[in-house]
Amino acid sequence: MEGKQIMFVIFAIVIVVFSIFTVTSRKILRAAVSLLMVLIATAGLYFILNYQFLAAVQLTLYAGGIVVLIIFSILLTSQLDHKFEVVELKKTIFSALAALAGFIVVATTILKHTFEADTAAALEVNMEVIGKSLLNTGADGYVLPFELISVLLVAAMIGAIVIAKKGSPVKEEKSNK
Amino acid sequence: MEFSIYDFSSFTAWIDQSLRASMSPGLAVAIEMLIIGVVILIFYAIVGLFLVYAERKVCALMQNRLGPNRVGPGGIFQTIADLVKLLFVELVPIKNADKILFSLAPYIVIIASFMAMGALPFAKGLHAIDLNIGVFYLMAVSSMGVVGVLLAGWASNNKYSLIGAMRSGAQIVSYELSVGMSLVTIVVLAGTMQLSEIVQAQQYGWFIFRGHIPALIAFVIFIVASTAETNRGPFDLAEAESELTAGFHTEYSGIRFAFFFLAEYINMFIVAAIATTVFFGGWMPFNVYGWEGFNKVMNLIPPFIWFLGKTGALIFLIMWFKWTFPRLRIDQLLTLEWKYFLPINIINVLIMALIVLLGWHW
Repeated sequence: MEGKQIMFVIFAIVIVVFSIFTVTSRKILRAAVSLLMVLIATAGLYFILNYQFLAAVQLTLYAGGIVVLIIFSILLTSQLDHKFEVVELKKTIFSALAALAGFIVVATTILKHTFEADTAAALEVNMEVIGKSLLNTGADGYVLPFELISVLLVAAMIGAIVIAKKGSPVKEEKSNK
Repeated sequence: MEFSIYDFSSFTAWIDQSLRASMSPGLAVAIEMLIIGVVILIFYAIVGLFLVYAERKVCALMQNRLGPNRVGPGGIFQTIADLVKLLFVELVPIKNADKILFSLAPYIVIIASFMAMGALPFAKGLHAIDLNIGVFYLMAVSSMGVVGVLLAGWASNNKYSLIGAMRSGAQIVSYELSVGMSLVTIVVLAGTMQLSEIVQAQQYGWFIFRGHIPALIAFVIFIVASTAETNRGPFDLAEAESELTAGFHTEYSGIRFAFFFLAEYINMFIVAAIATTVFFGGWMPFNVYGWEGFNKVMNLIPPFIWFLGKTGALIFLIMWFKWTFPRLRIDQLLTLEWKYFLPINIINVLIMALIVLLGWHW
């Protein structure tokens, strides 16, 4: 086996094992840490594909951003000795069946498709190309979705601030008196 | 085979060739990775030991006293003695802690800083991996360390640890933004994120001179924000002895505590090394275009001395902060980031873009 294949097998095992831990763990923070491992291993897969930009985005946004946010909210709300209740047997069976059905659908499509092996060396993705196509107004440009997502994010942030803000401090003082 | 301390690329190429000559390419790559890993580990330990000693000496200097002076000449073996002591300290088991996460946390902190070390250019040809997204990669892996801090605080099952972890989490997540934005300012000037190209572009004039005003603002913000990101004073609320005993690592003892302690110093080295690479030309000697004689004298000093010298100067600056400023309150800390640094940074990036477009830089 080549080095790349060995690394792929390692990352694949990590992803599968920790994905199962994520949904079966009864301690919430352990589930979050398992999720972190899955996301880091996925970033490893992107590194194997030589798509370093996506790997770094995966690490910053998911591992460094979203998981930190999840852990932060667990820290604020949960107790250390809190455990989830054991799920009913009926629910376990049905969710296992649903997962199995999903697996069969994906597996059959992958097995039916004939992959053509490409011997060409993997190209390094040029950062300049990514940057220019992201902000290009031409035919291959992504400036419209880019700007739309920015507007959506700003709206979400304003919404979060409005929800979190509890009136002006002056009013609160009056009501306290 | 000719080696020189000015250019390590022939040396690394020689190792590569001699390994490939005697074994299969896959095995050669594996052994090379092992060698680099061991070298970085040794460097890691040496830098950690040295920085702990340097911190105590700098602290003593700032407070007008002698500092460690009994073990060896000038107390130079003090940290080695401390390390031996730490190795023998019992690992106190915590009864009601989440044991797996409790023992996992220090490793996450260590691994995050270890990954960043691999991408730093130490000298010409002495660069383990030269990613084309170098700066971005460094930001990505250094943002992982906070997970370890949060886990340590939570898994200890101790209210001081939890408060310390919360503070440190809020602090690192906010200041990461400033660190990133100030690096983006220089990426705009350099036009690349690859660290080797960033260093190469600074041959005649480091970016802090070439980018003048916006680069200077970016540097000041970077050095303050990265001091906060490494949880060092005056931003050490996460550990604040007088309020939280020792913050997130209150319950840790022995070698596990040493891991957190070491990671703090290594992170300080890493941020100083990033600042050196991005603002002060990395391993590039101080050259001025046209001054042939002056440049020749400067080029006599080997690149790794330049790199370590500049990094050391910045580390001294960061230590200076710690021992001269009083600790900030949590609200002051967040105000500084969100109300001052962030707006200044955004405007600074715009100014830098304008300067690059108009060609007003050198």
